[in-house]
This record gives sequence, structure tokens and C-alpha cells, in this order.
Amino acid sequence: MTQYKPEEIAADSKSVFGFFTYLMTDLVLFAALFATYAVLHSGVFGGPTSEEIFNAPFALLETVILLASSFSCGLSLLAARRGNSRGVLASLAITFVLGAVFVVLELSEFARLAASGVGPGVSAFLSSYFTLVGTHGLHIIIGLVWMTALGISIYARGLTRGNMRKLALLSLFWHFLDIIWIFIFTIVYLSGIIL
Amino acid sequence: MMNIPVLDPKGPIALAEMHVMVITVVLCAIVVIPVFFLLFYFAWRYRAGSPHASALHLPDWDHDNRAAEFSWWLVPTIIIVVLAIIAWQSTHALDPYKPLPGDVPAITVDVVALDWKWLFIYPAEGIASVNKVEFPAGTPVHFYLTADAPMNSFWIPALAGQIMVMPGMTTQLNVMADNPGTYNGMSANISGEGFSGMSFTAESVSQDDFDAWVASAKSGSTPLDRSSYAALSAPSSYLPVAYYGTIDNDLFDSILIKYMATSSSVGGMDMGMHMP
Amino acid sequence: MTFTHFIFGNLSFSALPENAIAWGGALTVIFGAVIVLALITFFNAWTWLWREWLTSLDPKRIGVMYILVSVVMFVRGLFDVGLMRVQQATSVGDAHGILTATHFQEIFSAHGSIMIFFVAMGFMFGIVNLVLPLQIGARDVAFPFLNSASFWLFCAGAALINLSLIVGDFSTAGWLSYPPLSELAYSPTSGVDYWIWSLQIAGIGSLLSGVNFLATIVKMRAKGMSYMKMPMFAWTVFGAMTLVVFAFPVLTVTLALLSLDRTLGMHFFTAAGGGNMMMYVNLIWAWGHPEVYILILPAFGIFSEVVSTFSGKKLAGYASMVYAIWAIVFLSWLVWLHHFFTMGAGADVNAFFGIMTAVIAIPTGVKIFNWLFTMYRGRIRFTSPMLWFMGFVVLFTLGGVAGVVLSEPVADYQLHNSLFLVAHFHTMIVSGVLFGYFAGVTYWFPKVTGFHLNERWGIRAFWLWLVGFILAFGPLYILGFMGATRRLDHYDPSMGWQGLFIVAAVGAFLIMLGFLCQIIQLVVSIRDRKLNPDTTGDPWYGRTLEWSMRSPAPEYNFAVLPEVTERDEFWVMKQAGTAHAAAPIYEDIAVPRNSGAGILIGAFAVVIGFGIIWHIWWLMIVGLIGVAACIIVRTFDEDTERVISASEVARIETMKTI
Repeated sequence: MTQYKPEEIAADSKSVFGFFTYLMTDLVLFAALFATYAVLHSGVFGGPTSEEIFNAPFALLETVILLASSFSCGLSLLAARRGNSRGVLASLAITFVLGAVFVVLELSEFARLAASGVGPGVSAFLSSYFTLVGTHGLHIIIGLVWMTALGISIYARGLTRGNMRKLALLSLFWHFLDIIWIFIFTIVYLSGIIL
Repeated sequence: MMNIPVLDPKGPIALAEMHVMVITVVLCAIVVIPVFFLLFYFAWRYRAGSPHASALHLPDWDHDNRAAEFSWWLVPTIIIVVLAIIAWQSTHALDPYKPLPGDVPAITVDVVALDWKWLFIYPAEGIASVNKVEFPAGTPVHFYLTADAPMNSFWIPALAGQIMVMPGMTTQLNVMADNPGTYNGMSANISGEGFSGMSFTAESVSQDDFDAWVASAKSGSTPLDRSSYAALSAPSSYLPVAYYGTIDNDLFDSILIKYMATSSSVGGMDMGMHMP
Repeated sequence: MTFTHFIFGNLSFSALPENAIAWGGALTVIFGAVIVLALITFFNAWTWLWREWLTSLDPKRIGVMYILVSVVMFVRGLFDVGLMRVQQATSVGDAHGILTATHFQEIFSAHGSIMIFFVAMGFMFGIVNLVLPLQIGARDVAFPFLNSASFWLFCAGAALINLSLIVGDFSTAGWLSYPPLSELAYSPTSGVDYWIWSLQIAGIGSLLSGVNFLATIVKMRAKGMSYMKMPMFAWTVFGAMTLVVFAFPVLTVTLALLSLDRTLGMHFFTAAGGGNMMMYVNLIWAWGHPEVYILILPAFGIFSEVVSTFSGKKLAGYASMVYAIWAIVFLSWLVWLHHFFTMGAGADVNAFFGIMTAVIAIPTGVKIFNWLFTMYRGRIRFTSPMLWFMGFVVLFTLGGVAGVVLSEPVADYQLHNSLFLVAHFHTMIVSGVLFGYFAGVTYWFPKVTGFHLNERWGIRAFWLWLVGFILAFGPLYILGFMGATRRLDHYDPSMGWQGLFIVAAVGAFLIMLGFLCQIIQLVVSIRDRKLNPDTTGDPWYGRTLEWSMRSPAPEYNFAVLPEVTERDEFWVMKQAGTAHAAAPIYEDIAVPRNSGAGILIGAFAVVIGFGIIWHIWWLMIVGLIGVAACIIVRTFDEDTERVISASEVARIETMKTI
């Protein structure tokens, strides 16, 4: 393990604080989307309701995949602490694949709904469903792009101080998105189907 | 001769609302007058060059005066507590949805905000008018309002505060004019190009004059049905007063339904059918 | 879709201006831009401009640029004022003034949007950039590149709102564009989309600045500077930035949802389809109320600095002031419904929010008393910053009374959306926010530039602003009581309003003269800069760390980072005689390298916005890829700092200033 200079540690502390603050703004963003979803949930305008269109097993599959990707993301941080850059890249790759599968599943669900005439323009409920879930999916996609860029950087330069910091921030981001998904799964899918 | 309806109210609601404004200003004066006095007094007394000003670059001494600080947290707090009580009490008493107290039965008027005029439907009398609403003095008027247009706001300053008017939902306003008179009304929320041409006249008259007005409107040959309504609701502005001799009793509800889904309910707003 | 439609989206020649005044606006922007570009070329200044300013990550440079952009946007905002006041003074009875109704509605919508987002926010971020690091004993903000990107996103928003003058139109639905008027059914043109995207892009810049300045305060204070030793301005920035990070995401969501309604046919706020327009009103004001505190808190901080410096005394009730800031921050989340008492939420809800609104007057009043008691037994110098403060106390208190009146729901039922309301919020923003920022600019100008602003022109400006404001808005309070609602482009002579509108127009004209004096002040000051230099770095005999180095402050701010033991550390050092000690031992200092990625991100953001507005999807994609590429390339850049050697630091420290 390398020894780091005080100003490097201070820089890390600053970055983590700043990124964490940004994540809190993202939390407020999702909170506003959840609030909108809650208010507009009943705005079906004579169209389909949540019980009619949500597929619990499918949502559960997405949840399990995302949770697994959080686990592999955690593995990458452990590998980084041990200085094992190949381990980092391997677990990042697994995380990427799981994340990509998640996105594909979600897009296929959206496409299926839209094809059967249940698109976001049908009612306020559907607008808010597609937007809330879609915003989360967009964040996942951005995370995948980030993961790719970081993977390339680690492959080319190894586990530099900068890359370690970026890996820490990325994993914060990824876990945050997982937590948001838990809320989505609970508030949108589970209660949409059960209640 | 200045016409200042908010400060020269012609009905009990506007009068009570004005009283709240006055009391608030008086309470605020308790703080404002000392602030002005101190500002100019301190500015003068401690100006550089005055014998009372401190010496240049004097070392700091602890001036934090706990008693003064306590009083300027406390006095405003007390004022705010009084204002809070007034707020609670007056907001409940003057709730626009609350029918006026008293024995005189209210007249019901359905109001539809259009681009850019006001349609007044009298369900009991069976007439309708555009840009003119007339009612007997001393009689409460219960307005039910909706819009077939963007968000508007219904305001007759001489009689009462305003209420927003929105498509797909109804709001309510209860007013009364003490005496006969003519009052200006308008939309207080921008709704498009012709918004400035949306002023209307509210007139309170004696009961006999009101009956005569209704009769005169009834004698008109224009019915308010789906097709005349469709013509009326086409965009137009600065319309002169017009009357409809007969009305379609379901028209108001049909305007509401147009925007609603039967299974939707929103917030605490009255989304349901209007009860005449 | 035809090929032309694919390439050009909804753009067509009909998007060009439709009348003479609109052409005037378009040509002003075009010729203004051409003249600026021509001047830069004529003086062969492109390299200098690029290197010293556009790609600089120095917050002192970025701060100046923010303020310059705000001044330019202020010109446009004031021009809007002139047009509106002339219209409302003349459009009576058979006359319909100089503007069509639609054009008038675009102008007041643009006026409000520009003043809030591109004048007030720009000024605020400008002053924070210039002053905050210096005050807390830091060399820079926490994330210098993010700072540059935020500034260029701000510029991108300003560019879009100015582009709307040339091609397309603007929203006619007011500065907050409520639906359903702002939905496609009632606003089918590009106007609302310009409004959405110029605010959205600038808003993201603001949000990132909030994160940046928060991290700066939390992580970069000088050694020994505990929170309760920070200057009061830094505290107000702390409070304001906390509000930014909580409030701006709500704006981002709200604008995005309206955009989804308009662009992809969704139904968040439409009248039909299950949409809920009241949700928009709640969301936009959940952002909008904190926004006004975001603007006013730093102005309060400036007044704290100005009053204590020019009274020669420490600020009275420091702890009280800090608690008042956080009370305001907390309470500002509990009052938003007072912007729509008339929407019919019922007596319980209205009364609750009315009471909370009145409560927020308490910490504000506390602050005013603390400023007055700072003057008590002080030695007061009536410089122009102190005059701005006195004008503020007089007007802001009166406007505050109007606010307490409006906080009573039943009073608001009458006065909501009337000119009384318009007068109230202009009183708060002009006498609070603007006067505060004017005082701040005058106060810190020598530190930034090395010379003083001309005091005589500053005092002229103050009196014109003060008298002009009273004449421009006094009548509006009365008009509100006369039953005049806002945003009318025409009215009947029987209302008896015209005389007051004419007085208001005179007042507006005086304000414009005041602003002209400020421009003259700047020009004269630059011309006379060698006659009014700040030779000591401490021109006002100040109390806080920003006065402890020469003016203009060097790029690295402090040659040796200070160690703080007291509040008002610099004042304490001066009293003890240790302020300008013997030459310390200098070390190498790392400062950020310049970066062109910030301005590129801003440019691509304009491309994104323009593409979405006109439904030119390939252009939007180009812009998105461009922004992503800039960010990714920047993150791969490991060589982001350059070193100023110790000997170079010594040279800068000992060289003569202007």
C-alpha cells in the first residue's frame, strides 16, 4: 500500500464531500419525481392503472440484477484496496454487464408497453411512471459510460491516486442508484400491484 | 375622484379583508417606527466627526447587549403570535368556499372562464350572460367556477378577494354587496393574448330590478346550447355584454367532464359534479 | 419526415421577428455581438482574451465575467422596463400603446426571467467567486474546473434567451410560465421552449456552483478558522448554497416535466389527460421561494460586512445573526404556498402557511436590529456602500410590511397578482438584493482591480435609484388597492389608473438614469484608475482576511496561507501590529491550469438547447455528445495544475502595484 501525502488525502476528502453533496441533490431530484408520481398516480384518464400493467416477477428480476451489480461494484473497491488492478477491472466488467442487462430489460419493458398503446403520452400516471423509472435508467446509463471511461483509465494507467478516487466516487454513485431503485421497486411496483 | 375598491369595500367580505390589512399594518408599525428612528438617529449621532462617535480604530469592547437582543427577538415574536391568531381566525371565517352567514338564501351563479370573457349561468333563473353579472343587494351570491381556458382568477375587488378558476375542477366564491352599485371585475391571472379584454361588470340592484333584469334576459331569443356555446368559446376578447334567454342545464358539468377522467381525483379540490 | 424537416426541425423564416420593435431587439443583439467581436479583433486581443479570461479557472476572473454578463443582461432587462412602462402609461381606452398584447406578454415574461436568472443570480455568483475564497483564507474554490463549467452554462442560458430575440419568440406566460397556458395547446410556438431551456441550462450551472461553494466553505477554510470565526458574508453564502442544493433540483425536475409535456406529448400538467396544473404551481414555488432567499442572504452578508467596516465596529450579535440565517434557511421551506393562497387549498392549509410566512419575518427583523446596533457608538463613514445600506433599510422595511400584509391569507385574496404584489417583491429584490450587490461591488472593487470606483458618480447613482424606485413603485402599491391586476396591456380610462402609471414611468426613467450613472462610474473609474489606486490592499480599514494582501489580489490569493485564531482576524492582527509582518518564507504554489473545456461545454449546451427547442434532433445529439466528450476528456487529464515557483511568488509579492 502506498503512503499518500496530506494534501492528496485532503483532496480526496474534498472530492468525496463534493460528490456526496451532488448525490444529495440527485436525491432531491428523485424525491420531486416520486412526489409527482404519488400525486399523478391516480391520473389515469380512463386508461390503464398500475395493477393492470406492472409485472412483479419482472421487476423482481431487475432488482436482483441491480443488487448483484452493487455487490460486484463493492468487490471492485476491495480489489482496489489490495492494489489488484486486474481484480478491479474484472469486477467492474461484471458490474457493467449486469447494469447493461438491467438497462436492456427496462428498455424492453418500455417498448412492450409502448407497443401495446400504453406509452407515456396516454395519461398523467403513465407520464410519471415512465419518467421516474426512465430517469433512473438514464442515470444507470451514465454510470455505465463512466464505468467504461474509468475502466479504460485503470487499464492504461493502473491504480493511480486519481483513479482510486474516481473509483470511490463511482461506487458511491452506483450504490446510490441501487438505493433509489429499491424505492422505485417498493413505491412503484410493489405498492402498485399490491395496493 | 380616486376609486380605491380594496380600501373602500362594498361588501362584508371585502370589508373584513380590509380590516385585516389595517390591523397588520398597525402591528408592524410597532417595529417599523423604532427602526426608522434608530436608523436616522444612529446615523446622525455616530457619524464620523460627531463628538459622540467612537475614536478611530478603538479596540473592540464587548458591546453585545443581551437585553437589547432579547427584546428584538421577543417583541417581533409577540407581534407574530398576534398575527398568527388573526391569520387562523380570519382565514377560517373568510374561507371563499364558506357560505355567508345569515338567513337570506343565496343566489347561485355558475361561472365559466373562457378565452377571453366570462360566462355567467344562472341555473335557477334559467338565463345566462356574458361579461355582466347582476344580483340583488343584500343577498349572498354563491359562485361556482370552472374554466374552459387556461388558469384564470375571478376578482371583484370591491366585494371580495379573488379565487382561481381552472379547467377540470370547480372552485367557489361567496360574496355579497351591501347596497346597490356597479363594480369592476376582471381576471387576475394571465390566460393568453386577450387577457386584458376580460373585464366584466358586477352590479348589485334592488330585488325588483333584479327580477326585471332576469325577465329582460329571458325575453331574448338566443339559447345557450352546445352550438351557441361552441361559438362563444372561440377565442375573442373585449366582448360587449350579451344575454342568453334559455340555458342547457348540463352545460356546466359537461365543460368539467371534458377535462376529467372519471377515475381521477386530485388533491382537495372539488373535482366532482357541480350541485346546482 | 422530409429531409428539410430533418435538418431544420421547426425552424422556418416565420421565426424571424414580426414587428419593428422586435426587429430592434434582434438587431441590437446581432450588432452588439458583431461590434464586440470586431473590437476584440481590432485590438488583436483574441489570445489575451482566451488565455487571461475565457479559459481561466481563477475565481477572481470568473467572478468578473459573471458580473459583466449580468450588467449586459441588466441593460436588456431595463429596456424591457422602459417598453412596459410606456405601454402601461399609454394603452388606455381607444389607444393600445406601442406593443401588441402578445409582444407585451413576451416582454414581461422575459423581464422577470432575465432579472432573476441572469442578473441577480449572475451578480451573486460573481461576488461569491470574487470574495469567498479570500475571506476564508483559501486560494481557490473547491472545484475550479466545475466553477468554469458552471459559468459557461450560465452564459449558455443567457445566449439562448438572447437568441430568442432573433429567431423564434419567448414565453407569454410570465416568468414562471404556469401551465396549462404554457402547454402546447395554448402556447404552440417556440417561446416557452426557449424559456425552459435557457433556465434549465443556467439552473444546472447554478446547482453545480452550489455544490462547489458548499464544499469550499466546509473543506477549505484557513487553519484555525472554525465556523464561528468565519466572516458573516461567508455564513450567508453557506446558508444560500445550502438552499441552492436543495432547491435547484426541484426546478430541474419541474422544467423537465413541462418540457416532456411539450416535446413528447406527456400529461404532467395538461388540462386533460389526468394532468395536474396545481402540481406545477407547487413544484415551481417549492424552488421559487428558497430562490428569493438564495438571492437575499448574500446581500444580507454584504450589508453585515459594509456596516461593520464603515461603522468601525465589529458586527453586533454575531451568534444571533448566524442563528437568524439558519432560521431563514429552515423556514424558507415552509412558506411556499403563500404564492398561491388563492388556489383554494382550504383554510387550515392557507392559515398554516400564512403563519409560517409571518414567522420568517422575525429572523429578518433581528438582522436589521443587529445592523443598527452595529452603528451604535461606532464611527460612521457615509461612503456609497453605506448609503446603499441606508436606502435598503428604509425601503426593505416598508416592503416587508407589505409582505406581512400579504402573509395574511385573507388580505392576499384581494392583493394576489395585483400591482401591490408586484410593488412588494420589487421592493424586496431591488432594495435588498440589488442595493446589497451594488454596495458589495463598490466595497470589493479595489481588491479586485487595484483602484477605486468613482465615489461621486456612485452617489449620484444611489440617489437616482432611490428616488426613481419610490416614484416607480410607490404608485404600484396604490394601484393594487385600486384593483389593478398585473400584466395588463390595456385598461379602461374609467379605472383612473393612468396618472399613476405615468408617474411610474417617470420613476423607471430615473432608475435608468441611475444605471447610466453606474456605467459612467465604471468608465470614469477605469479612465482615472491611476488617480485612485488602492496602494495598501486595505482601502477601507477592514476587518477580514481579504484585505490582508495587496490589490489586485494575486492569482494565488495568499502567498502564505493564513492561520486564524480569532473572528475578524485581520482586524485583530492590525491592532496587535502583526498585520504586515516581515517577509515570510515563500513556497511553491500550485494553481489550476487554464482549460478550454468549460467554454466548450457552454457552447455545446447552447447547441443542445437550440436543438431541442426547434426539434432538430441530430443537433441535440451532437450537443450531447460534445458535452460528454468534453467531460470525459477532462477527466482523463491528469496535468491540471501548474506551479508558481517560490521565487516568482516573492517577485509578485514585492512588486509595485498599479
